[in-house]
Amino acid sequence: MTIKGSAYIAGAFEHPTRLAKDKSVAQLHAEVAVGALADAGLTKADVDGYFCAGDAPGLGPLAMADYMNLKLSHLDSTDVGGCSYIAHVAHAAEAIMAGKCRVALITLAGRPRSEGHSGAVPRIRGADAPDTQWEFPTGVATVNAYAMCAARHMHQYGTTSEQLAWIKVAASQHAQYNPHAMLRDVVTVEEVVNSPLIATPLHRLDCCVVSDGGGALVVVAPEIARSLKRPKVKVMGAGESMKGQMGGEVDLTYSAAVRSGAAAFAEAGVKPADIKYASIYDSFTITVLMQIEDLGFCEKGQGGRFVADGNLISGTGKLPFNTDGGGLCNNHPANRGGITKVIEAVRQLRGEAHPKVQVKNCDIALAHGTGGLLGSRHGGATLIMERE
Amino acid sequence: MAGKERAIPAPMTNPETEPFWAAAREGKFLLRGCTACGKTHWYPRAVCPFCFSERTEWREGSGRGTIYSLSVMKRAPEPYAIAYVTLEEGPTMMTNIVDCDLDSLAIGQKVTVAFKPTQNDGPPFPMFRPA
Repeated sequence: MTIKGSAYIAGAFEHPTRLAKDKSVAQLHAEVAVGALADAGLTKADVDGYFCAGDAPGLGPLAMADYMNLKLSHLDSTDVGGCSYIAHVAHAAEAIMAGKCRVALITLAGRPRSEGHSGAVPRIRGADAPDTQWEFPTGVATVNAYAMCAARHMHQYGTTSEQLAWIKVAASQHAQYNPHAMLRDVVTVEEVVNSPLIATPLHRLDCCVVSDGGGALVVVAPEIARSLKRPKVKVMGAGESMKGQMGGEVDLTYSAAVRSGAAAFAEAGVKPADIKYASIYDSFTITVLMQIEDLGFCEKGQGGRFVADGNLISGTGKLPFNTDGGGLCNNHPANRGGITKVIEAVRQLRGEAHPKVQVKNCDIALAHGTGGLLGSRHGGATLIMERE
Repeated sequence: MAGKERAIPAPMTNPETEPFWAAAREGKFLLRGCTACGKTHWYPRAVCPFCFSERTEWREGSGRGTIYSLSVMKRAPEPYAIAYVTLEEGPTMMTNIVDCDLDSLAIGQKVTVAFKPTQNDGPPFPMFRPA
């Protein structure tokens, strides 16, 4: 049994705000829900399944479902960090296939920019987590956990800061066409490697933005998708996994994408070479490089060569990625970039990306995310979609 | 040598891990190993993460290891080096490299354990300095 073809993404909406000092988190969740339902051509009354993760205020899905006054037959608040919403699409397809719901709403929102969050400041991720006493005292933040992956990749495979910089350069090339993007200036490799070191070997321009905002998706049963006017984006396959420290057998050179990606490709019945557009989680440049290798777009250790020389730039590169500007330039709402990855993939499959970055004949797309910390323990979720 | 050092938060101990921190106060570096499969793991836990046996025990570690990876946090009031150190006994642990020129550190470098005091009279935390 597979979820291939069991559900469609009928609605997708990215909040235009990047700074929401005058809004609440609950309000942002509700506003993106309104936007995604309007995009689908559905109403709140049609929603019978609701998905959210740890960014939603309150206990699991309860507070937001009540705020929006939803009448539900299925709820799911799986939280694997920033990639949760990619997994939610798969979970929604499973629930739809099992007859638990027919119209699933997924929301993400937050205001870390207004609240002054920084990925360079250590914070406790669960005081009762068994790892906290062993790791919080080390000053593990977000950026230095990812930086240790970059340092090891450089040591083991000869990856360079210039190669990592190409990832940011490609994102900036795309962001220049996105009027909502936080950073719209095109940058060069030199500008990236000459920006201040935050946590060696990562520079400021290797890091994603901190932005307020959010996004929502509406996943529906096939008969509902057929009744709607929007182009049809079919769920083809998905995979999820996690990777930690393996009892001390730490290996920082690969991610959970090795398992989630393989599962998604197997379920969809396609290969990396069939992917016309890829949304790849870009919390940091190293995140992109490792995931590209682990998803099978190139061999392990060859990611640096693969991303160099503009290979990720739409129109010229072999693997157009993050054509909205990604987390590196556009948006990383709630410090969780999973939902915007799916949203841009939906735009590409519908042919609704900016004309300057729209991939020609974009029939199959992939969205992949990493949640938590790549350098300590993280979730991975992969989703493959097809235009029908 | 490094400049002003970062204040280290006290670890929040629990009954499962209290013996480690009590030993740390005496300068001893304990590891947890399994008598069923023989392997030593990190971080210490009652149930072996390899064979799932509950027959685990405390063992005194050599305190010697090698830097597996590291990152110097430049964007901090007092820069510090987070690292993974692979211990002589096998497992790799997250820690800091201390008492050194942070910019001189390299993957592959040999290090030895150095317990560092933590805030509010918490138990000292196992960090490492170049051997």
